[in-house]
Parts: sequence; C-alpha cells; structure tokens
Amino acid sequence: MAKELWKGNEAVAEAAIRAGCRCYFGYPITPQSEIPEYMALHMADTGGVFLQSESEIAAINMVYGASGAGARVMTSSSSPGISLKQEGISYMCGAELPAVIVNVMRGGPGLGTIQPAQGDYFQATRGGGNGDYRLIVLAPATIQEVVDLMQEAFDLADQYRIPVMMLLDGMIGQMMEPVEWTHTPASDLPGKTWATTGTEGKRPPNIINSLFIDPDACNRHNQHLEEKYKKIIENEIKYSINDLVDAEILFVAYGTPSRLARAAARLLGEEGIKAGVFRPISVWPYPYDALREAASQDSVQAVVTVEMSTGQMVDDVRIGVNGVKPVSFIGQAGGVIPSPREVADAAKKALGR
Amino acid sequence: MAIVYEKSKALTDAEMHYCPGCTHGIIHKLVAETLVDLDVLGKSIGVAPVGCAVFAYDYFNCDMHEAAHGRAPAVATGIKHVLPDRTVFTYQGDGDLAAIGTAEIVHAAMRGEKITTIFVNNAVYGMTGGQMAPTTLVGQKTTTAPFGRSFEHYGAPIRMAELLATIDGAAYIERVTVTTPAHIAKAKRAIKKAFQIQDEGLGFTMVEVLSTCPTNWGMTPVEALSWLNETMIPAFPLSVFRDITKKEK
Amino acid sequence: MAYNEILISGFGGQGVMAIGLTLAEAGMSEGMNVSWLPSYGPEMRGGTANCGVVIADSEIISPIVLEPSELIAMNLPSLDKFEPHVKKGGTIFVNESIIQRKVQRGDVRAIYVPSMEIASGIGNMRVANMAMLGAFIKATQLLKYDTIIAMLTQLFTGSKAHLVGLNEEALERGAACVD
Repeated sequence: MAKELWKGNEAVAEAAIRAGCRCYFGYPITPQSEIPEYMALHMADTGGVFLQSESEIAAINMVYGASGAGARVMTSSSSPGISLKQEGISYMCGAELPAVIVNVMRGGPGLGTIQPAQGDYFQATRGGGNGDYRLIVLAPATIQEVVDLMQEAFDLADQYRIPVMMLLDGMIGQMMEPVEWTHTPASDLPGKTWATTGTEGKRPPNIINSLFIDPDACNRHNQHLEEKYKKIIENEIKYSINDLVDAEILFVAYGTPSRLARAAARLLGEEGIKAGVFRPISVWPYPYDALREAASQDSVQAVVTVEMSTGQMVDDVRIGVNGVKPVSFIGQAGGVIPSPREVADAAKKALGR
Repeated sequence: MAIVYEKSKALTDAEMHYCPGCTHGIIHKLVAETLVDLDVLGKSIGVAPVGCAVFAYDYFNCDMHEAAHGRAPAVATGIKHVLPDRTVFTYQGDGDLAAIGTAEIVHAAMRGEKITTIFVNNAVYGMTGGQMAPTTLVGQKTTTAPFGRSFEHYGAPIRMAELLATIDGAAYIERVTVTTPAHIAKAKRAIKKAFQIQDEGLGFTMVEVLSTCPTNWGMTPVEALSWLNETMIPAFPLSVFRDITKKEK
Repeated sequence: MAYNEILISGFGGQGVMAIGLTLAEAGMSEGMNVSWLPSYGPEMRGGTANCGVVIADSEIISPIVLEPSELIAMNLPSLDKFEPHVKKGGTIFVNESIIQRKVQRGDVRAIYVPSMEIASGIGNMRVANMAMLGAFIKATQLLKYDTIIAMLTQLFTGSKAHLVGLNEEALERGAACVD
C-alpha cells in the first residue's frame, strides 16, 4: 500500500476513525486542535458523533456517558486540558469504562507554553486524579507508530475495560511523516454486556458506577482493579531497543527524545563511543525488567535518561535499573528541546570523558 | 382482595435511605410512574448525581449511571448521542446542578439536548450535612452560613428554572412542588410532559421540584412542608417558564 | 547515501511551509524516507516561520533540523539566525530579492535566487517559492525534476491547469541561477 504524508494530529484522528471510534468529545487547545477539527470534518461520514463541549470537564464526562452506553469513544487535549479531565479519568477507572484519551503534551506548569514538552509524565503514569488507579499509557515516537498504537489503544481499552492514554508531545502532533495504513483485523474482544443500552425488560438494570460506600466493598473493588492492573503488567509491556551490542552508554527516552537520543548515539559513534537506546513504548506498565536486563549488560557503563522535562521518567529508570549501573539525566523543559550534541555531551560526562 | 395500590415497577425493592419527611421519595415515585405510564422504562437510562440522591441508581429499575458531582448533564449528553432513541434523564440536587454543575446544565440546555432533568431544590446541602446551597434563601441559616445567608456576602439565591428558560434550546421548563396532593398531581403532569417532549425530540426539558429537608432545616416534617409553602415558594414561584409546544399552537 | 536535513525559513506567507511540504512529498514519492516538522504557534500569523525537512535513503533518526545541510533563507532574519548553524560544506539558498547581504561563511556554498523578480517576470508573484525550489533541485540533485512536475500536474487540474506551466517556468528560471 502506498505511503501517505500525514501530520501527527490528523493521523491520530484518522487512525481513531479507522479503529472504529464513532464518538469524539473535546475542547480546542493548542497544539492538538487539528484533532477535533479533523473529527468535526470526518466523523459525520461515518455516522459517528462529534461534539465540541463547553469544557474539558464536560468532554471527559460525555466520554464517560458514551462509553457507558457502549460506544467506542475518545477525547483529546493538551496538558492544561488534560489536568481538567483528571476527575473524569479517575471516575472512568473506578467505573471500569474503556476510552482513549490523547494528550499532546506542551510545556507547563499552568499555562506554560504551547511548545512540545513531556512534563505530564507523572500525571499520566501516577494518576492525576484521586484514588488507587492506573491507566495504560502508550508513547509513540513516529507518526507510523501513532497510527499503529491508536488501533491497539482502543482494543486494549475494550479488552481490559480501562481508559488508555496516548501520550504524545507537541512535536509528534505537529510533524508530518509517511504513514502506511495497514488494516488490523478486529481483535476478539468481549461483548459489552455491561453497557447501559436500556433493559428492554429483558435483563436486570446495568449500573455504571464508581461509588462503593461500604469500606469492605470499596476495598474489594480496589483489589479487583489491582488484579486487573497486574494482568496488564504481565501482558502489555512494550519497548524497543536499538544498538545495544557493545554499548557503553544506554540512553533511555520515550517519544521525541528517543529520536534525539538516537541522533546523539550517532554523534557518539563518530567519536568511537557506542551507545544504545532503550525506548519504553508503554510507560505504564513500565518495562522495568527489560530495562534492568539491558542495563545489566557488561558493556554498559552508564545509563542516561533523556526527557523534555526536568526529570520525571528518570524515577522509573532508577526503579528499573535498581542500582546495577549509574543513572544520570539530561533534559530541557518548557518547549526547549535538548540538542543531540547536548545529549552526547551528557553521555560523555557520565562516562567521565 | 382487590389491590388498590402497588409500588411502581420502575422502582427497585431497595430500601431508600432518605430521611423521614424528605420529599425525594415522592419525586422518585413520580418519575418512576411516568416511565411506566409512557412505557419507556425498558429504554430508559438515568443519571444519578452526587448529593442526597447519590444512590438513585439503586432505586430506579432501569439502566443507570452514577456521575461525578455536577456532571450528570454531560454524562447524559454522551449517552443520548450514542443512543438517540433512548429516554435519558438526570436527577440532580441544587449543589449538583446550580453550583458545581452550572456550566454543564446551561450548555446541555443551550445545545437542546433531548434529555429530561429532574432538579430537586431544597435550598440546602443535604448529604454533606446542611451547608449553604446556591438556592439557600437570604437570611436562611445553614452550617456554613450560621448567621443566615448574607446578601452582601453571597448575593441572592439563583433561580435556575427562570435562567434556563431564557435559553432557546430549552423546550420545557417548569417549577413545581410536592407538598400537597394537588401539588403532587401537578408535579406528575409536569414530569410526564417533560418526558413526552424529550421523546418527541423537541429539546431540553427540566422540571424543578421544590423539596423539603426537615433534617437540615431543623424542623418536623409538617413544619418543613409549611416552611416550603410559605417561605420557599415566594422566592421560587411555581410556574411553567418555557413550553415550546404552547407557542406552536 | 543521502541524508539531507533541510531548513526553510522566512516570513509567513512566503510559501515556506509549502516548499517544505513539496520537498517531503517529492522525496516520499521517490521512495525515500521523509519528515516535515514546522515551527508552530503565534509565528503562524506572520513573523518568522520555518520548517525542517529530512530526506534520507536510510531511517530518519530525528526530524529536528538543528544543523541543516541545506538552508533556504527567504528573508534576512532567517539568514542571520541560521547561517551559523549550516553544516560545513552545506548549501545556503538566498532569496536575493529581499536579502541585501551575501553569505558570510566561506565553508558553505551560496546560491542567490532573485525569486520575486523571476515571479513578476512570469506574471504571478505566488510562484516565487517555486524559483527557490528550482534552484534547490538543480544544486542538490536530491530529487528528480520530473517528480515535481508530476506533483504539480496532479495538484493543478481543471481551471487551474494553466498554473502548471507557470510553476514549471519558475522552477526552470530558479534552476538557471545555479552555476
């Protein structure tokens, strides 16, 4: 099939439609407004629903309603808007509702900047809302991967009855790369017998709910969710490794910085220093064991984390590496992108050269 | 023996948790009877609020969602757009609808969402123990307005029915109460009409029901009924504020 | 092995993004790997706009163009800002119509294109960016001339078909600026 040049944000929207998403609720915010704009234009062709809500809070609650009613549904936003959605995300995790939530991250805190950043890692992976809950969080690094993971995100959401976040940065949202549309046959997913579609007098009422007022019941519900999260950890970890053979430096980065890290590795290679790149694709569940294994390789002398933040994922890197090798960090925040040269220099410093 | 009265089959057998003398139970009954009368129970999806009616999902014998505080109209919007041929309603209190969820209700009305909202106004926060509501009357004492609601500090209570009636997307807006048999009969007619208009696809519908809260008002049930009639109704007049089916005639 | 990192920069409205997109589309249709990354934000509404395009016959590592192998400078602020970052041995295409100064570095190739004079000579100011593109294609030999023509033919059809000839002429006149 021929390749087509696609802008990240528009590819997100098209991939969602191709994945069977028939409901979009959202509120405009830079740098992701091409997603609602694309949905507004194209959702009608599918007989689906596009609705621009009065707020991010309303949007995520419309997602809650639509998901509970059985639809394949999504919303998207950028950092400050995602903050507003946290209430709804917590409720959806509590009520076990599937949906895809796209965060095209920009710099923060507060209004921050509209330029690309990765300052929402903690919010995405630790839960920005209240309570014990987890989201599946996927972080693509190319537009092709955006497209491939969108389909998977919807399937995972339905399979586990859980919201899935696509964690992009503004750069991936705005850039264009060739995309090859491959048709993935629908997975064998369980039917949504829990959806509120009206009893028709034929079954007991279905209730979409996150309230368990009795402490024992609430504890049981939390344990049930925890069991589910353990299954996800067992089965859904994704990562990629490049150039690990004889690597002295192991870069760890997700999204755009993983590409900067690879460019830095190339610069280091010109100086005779071998560097590999470990890239988590699922940042929750995090590939701790695979990272530890890679870092444990004899040739690796230092692990260098690269982020477009002041250092958030580095906490997970430290958990994964667990002291087997020294871990350091290089990053810039607020829309400034660390240059491959800076990253290479940080690696040399880590090697003491 | 002839059966002269039966509990509506649109209510479950769950024991309601409402306080003695509270009129939530009557309002539930009117909504339930309406769903049966209009033969829409099997295609109804309700949205419960946060507030005293938080457990409404256990009481209505149809598919239900429990929404976050104030978000019921947004949740109902999501449901109705996915299932446009279903009957969708929200059941909300005054904190839920007139404070934290003001944006959601106003915009649901603006879009003319084909849903029905039952808005229970008892001029106080019940579930959390009697704090001030946006509908608390000036001078009325609450746990967070211990000297009475001050107009200088908080302004006057908000009249949601009047406010929403100014919105073009609203098809039917009425305020009723359930303090007397006559009022109850009228409230039933209002609720039925709202659901009928929803099913005709004419727009957003809301029935505001003035309700008692003897517990947090510090009154006996009988005193509460009198206080509502004598003090609340003058502040919240009972009327049909918008009915687009009338204008068409 | 081709690994070209191209930066196109100028005022909003000069067709900066369009040059970049044309390069990326052409590279893709010739079977190469490509990326196109715009600067975004308030700059969209006038001021300086730039985009980076990578065209390579190997995997594209990073889409961010910090040290371009080719710079297309459509205005003076762009030349001032990016000239120092061009790779040694790289090429700078200067929109001579509005940039009064010469390229100062001695370790890069400089090509001067009077894009606006070319466009006004053809009778359509909107083809000025095509003159820059023509010079780029001639100087780099990265893309085939025919690929661009085929793209133009596909883009301009019906009542716009006459624009193909205008654009083609701009490409040729731009190419003629390259020794």
